[in-house]
Amino acid sequence: MDGVHDMGGKAERFGPLPTIDPDEPAFHAEWEGKAFALALLANRVSGANLHAFRHAIERVPEPEYLSGYYERWLASAEILLLDSGILAPGAVAARAENLRGGRVEEPAVPEPHKPTMPSGGGGNLRTVEAAPAFAVGDAVTTRTSVPSTHDRLPSYARGKTGTVTALRPAQVLPDTAAHFVGENPQHVYAVEFDAHELWGADAEPFTLTLDLYESYLEKAR
Amino acid sequence: MTEVEDTVDPTISPALRAEALESLLLERGLIDTKTIETFIRTYETAVGPMNGAKVVAKAWTDPEYKEQLLADGTAAIAALGFKGPQGEHMVVLENTPDVHHVVVCTLCSCYPWPVLGLPPSWYKDPAYRARVVKEPRAVLAEWGTELDPGVEVRVMDSSSEVRYLVLPERPAGTESMSEEELAALVTRDSMVGVTKVRTP
Repeated sequence: MDGVHDMGGKAERFGPLPTIDPDEPAFHAEWEGKAFALALLANRVSGANLHAFRHAIERVPEPEYLSGYYERWLASAEILLLDSGILAPGAVAARAENLRGGRVEEPAVPEPHKPTMPSGGGGNLRTVEAAPAFAVGDAVTTRTSVPSTHDRLPSYARGKTGTVTALRPAQVLPDTAAHFVGENPQHVYAVEFDAHELWGADAEPFTLTLDLYESYLEKAR
Repeated sequence: MTEVEDTVDPTISPALRAEALESLLLERGLIDTKTIETFIRTYETAVGPMNGAKVVAKAWTDPEYKEQLLADGTAAIAALGFKGPQGEHMVVLENTPDVHHVVVCTLCSCYPWPVLGLPPSWYKDPAYRARVVKEPRAVLAEWGTELDPGVEVRVMDSSSEVRYLVLPERPAGTESMSEEELAALVTRDSMVGVTKVRTP
């Protein structure tokens, strides 16, 4: 899906490169560590999964998304908890107000409605019985359609032709798992694109590899 | 699904928001303080780039291990005790005088946690995510890594659950160094491919 999260190639929208601090710590403030842990736990408590978590981050409004990494993690934790009925809308804001000395009424705890998607096991690697549709060396073209739901094909690589360079382990399909409608595991292919295919004749010379789910691809014509 | 509010109260700091969220879940027994502490402590102290540096130093000093690492990254890395979330399937990419790999995640900030820990700010920065897939040589040059025109540049955009670790070139003049001394030289950023390991 389109959105601010899909940043590849959109340099004009963002500022300059930051400097690298080789000794940067994992967390810069106590709250960042807390936000990290709370987001992972919110994912668990709300019965979500990795893909639903990523999709929740994608649904964070743009200004908040761009305000920082752990800021958007916190926001996505709230989204997952609202989605699953663990928290009521406004609950976090009301509690925050009361923690800083306010006296506001907090919303009642709602009736939870967690998703109930069957899981094929831990993690995201799966076995797929069907033979892979493509082999190393095949030329493949990516889809051009733009789903309004979660997917993992960056916009800069839509409708582009590349070459399969490796078969990866089959994996849960993020497109459906993120919306709790099924794991639908698929074969995954490392597909290498020439920079000129992606960015035109004036591009720097290099190759770019994406790991793409089988349904994103068709044989190049 | 929930309609997401367009604005969040700007007077609520992220720290206060985290505290509010934590207290709501704690009081209902949905989470516990000990687990929160364990998560934080784990990624502050036990899981970080020092793990990846051990993998790299071993590969530099043990040709057989290097071969295994390049053939089956997940198993070779697990053999040193490093596995867990965001490291389900590891692929190790060797940088040489002729080929230079650099890794990004343009759609979020996927990163190989078991070997490198949580991603640093620059890796999550919109400018890096936007630019390195379009002009990797320019990005690397801005960070002081000038690549000769003859070097083949390969950018990896982490779009599935495969995670990448770059095996940087061993710097010249380190022939007499021990595995432990070598591990201390290996930087986080060289294992993503944005810098090289320097001769001490």
